[in-house]
Amino acid sequence: MNSKKFEVAAYPKMWEGLGMDVARFDKARQMLGEVYDKLFLSQTERPRKMAYFDAMIAEIFGGRIKEILAVKKSAKPVVGTFCVYIPEEIVVAAGGVCIGLCGGSPGSIPDAEKILPRNICPMVKSAYGFKAGRICPYFQVVDFVYGETTCDAKKKTWELLDRLVPTHVMEIPQMKRARDRALWLEEVKDFKAKVEDICGSEISEDNLAGAIRLINRKRLALQRLTKLRANIPAPISGKDALLIEQIAFYDEPERFAAKVNELCDELAERVEAGRGVAGPESPRIMVSGTPMALPNWKIHNLLESAGAVVVNEESCIGTRYFKDVIDENGGSMAEQLANLTDRYMRIDCSCFTPNDERVEQVLREYRQSKAQGILHYSLQFCHTYNIEEIKIREACEREAIPYLSIETDYSAEDTGQLQTRIEAFLEQIGD
Amino acid sequence: MAIGIDLGSRTIKLAVIRDGEIVDQQLTESGFDPYSQAREMLKRYGAAKIVATGYGRHLAHEHFADEVITEIKAHALGARYFFPFCRTVVDIGGQDSKVIGLDKKGRVSNFQMNDKCAAGTGRFLEIMAASLGFSLNDFGAAALKSKTEVMINSMCTVFAESEVISMKNRGIPTVDIARGVHHSVVNRLAAMLERLGYDEEIVFSGGVARNPCIGHMLQKCLGERARIISPPDPDLMGAIGAALHGSR
Repeated sequence: MNSKKFEVAAYPKMWEGLGMDVARFDKARQMLGEVYDKLFLSQTERPRKMAYFDAMIAEIFGGRIKEILAVKKSAKPVVGTFCVYIPEEIVVAAGGVCIGLCGGSPGSIPDAEKILPRNICPMVKSAYGFKAGRICPYFQVVDFVYGETTCDAKKKTWELLDRLVPTHVMEIPQMKRARDRALWLEEVKDFKAKVEDICGSEISEDNLAGAIRLINRKRLALQRLTKLRANIPAPISGKDALLIEQIAFYDEPERFAAKVNELCDELAERVEAGRGVAGPESPRIMVSGTPMALPNWKIHNLLESAGAVVVNEESCIGTRYFKDVIDENGGSMAEQLANLTDRYMRIDCSCFTPNDERVEQVLREYRQSKAQGILHYSLQFCHTYNIEEIKIREACEREAIPYLSIETDYSAEDTGQLQTRIEAFLEQIGD
Repeated sequence: MAIGIDLGSRTIKLAVIRDGEIVDQQLTESGFDPYSQAREMLKRYGAAKIVATGYGRHLAHEHFADEVITEIKAHALGARYFFPFCRTVVDIGGQDSKVIGLDKKGRVSNFQMNDKCAAGTGRFLEIMAASLGFSLNDFGAAALKSKTEVMINSMCTVFAESEVISMKNRGIPTVDIARGVHHSVVNRLAAMLERLGYDEEIVFSGGVARNPCIGHMLQKCLGERARIISPPDPDLMGAIGAALHGSR
């Protein structure tokens, strides 16, 4: 198919300049290239416009880093985040770059386990390990990291991460009453002040309005992609769609939105022509639960290798990131910040109690995506998603929706068991 | 004629179905080269549709099987062959344990399966038996003799083994520890059953159903709410189910 083997480009000189462990990182780079080749480029009926996103992976450790370094040179802030609660509009308004940092690889976990306890969330360990092992260029270019209080493992890890890179923390409320919203608004204001402090200039109303419109465009492009996936047959694989949702966290937003829209144009043509990536007999699965950070493609790969097609991700790296946009009619700074806060308060993360709107949202997305079953995915030790799973399961039982719950981490050791469960789930839908 | 072959983690099982009747069956150790073992077992039959299940099902599919189905579906089909109205199947094999719910027509409606560790599986019992000096075949009978039971708290095979070792060193009789080991497996199974829900008739299949103590204790634990029943060769159920699928 492709005569030249896919490779993630190497920039050893630049990496050295960033203080990275180049020898080790280069191995990870090669492995990523091999896995990507096997999982993504081997797919049939792939949309042509995926070429841009392939290139984003090829340049993940090089070209994109160069672009970010250029922004940094002009004294603009580069902020690393781990959560969809951190308002990226504010960083963008200041002319800076907001990067969702990586935490989806088992490769960095041994680095983390030199310090952190073993029995905590693999995403938190992976992220910490990337910094501790100096094996993530994004971690090396950020001015500071903004953490949040969505879970205990993160909250306490920030204290340790701060020793390696300046780490600030936003307090996310755990309930959604008026006083919680007031607290969140104060936190947003603090965040804005911190960003302004780094650039040495204030964010204007116009700049914030522009940033809100830009990030809205990005979210709307992703919404459009999700709607197109609801067609039968699905015009794009779940793996490719998940990849795009992951790239949304590190690409330049203007270009990204344009490229997603170009892809959507192609997908719309496919839909028109009745073309898809999988036959109409392929079971359509919606995935719901904890985020799948780059390069975590484990569940999608198992599902699609077993003949299913994934049509929706109800997750932070998925619809939770883009289902809501900010009201663009705010004029004054106060109004804009209030609108921003309102939008962010609609995020239905399991860290909230109660959080019944998420159950409703899962059912809504199930219907909208025309899925035939829901796979709930929870990372090990993610107590909030793991416990909220019970309510999702009960709702699926009530609605007679085929349902499978999986709790796993990044390792490959349970692949056999997961494969059996996933295949049995697909048999159940097919029979 | 249809052949069902179940390539499990410990043993390979085979069943042949002709005109709805089981006409032949085999069971051997998986050994180091399950593929060659399976080939050897198939040698004596002529042309037939082959359906593979179990951990080695995809390997079999690459080489000789016409179709694959999961163990979950295979055990459901096998259970219905012997007990046409059953709605709940418990299967404990070498590497995992499952509770399977069936709808009225016998289709899988939901299931529970153990996580990646060996807790509550045949392998767990095997390691504990070895640690206590029993053969796997005698382990259940020995545990049945105990009147007093000790609690094994750990469900992790590795930790449970060190727990068992420390009990031995405190002078606790091995039959009592054996009883405790069985109890821990049954507790876990009962929790899985409660989670999934169960019918008054529970079909117990898989190699561990040959252990008399597990079935006895599970029955005691569930009391009058359910009746545990087993087919004559519980370890063959997956292979029989696969063969039935092939003969459809």
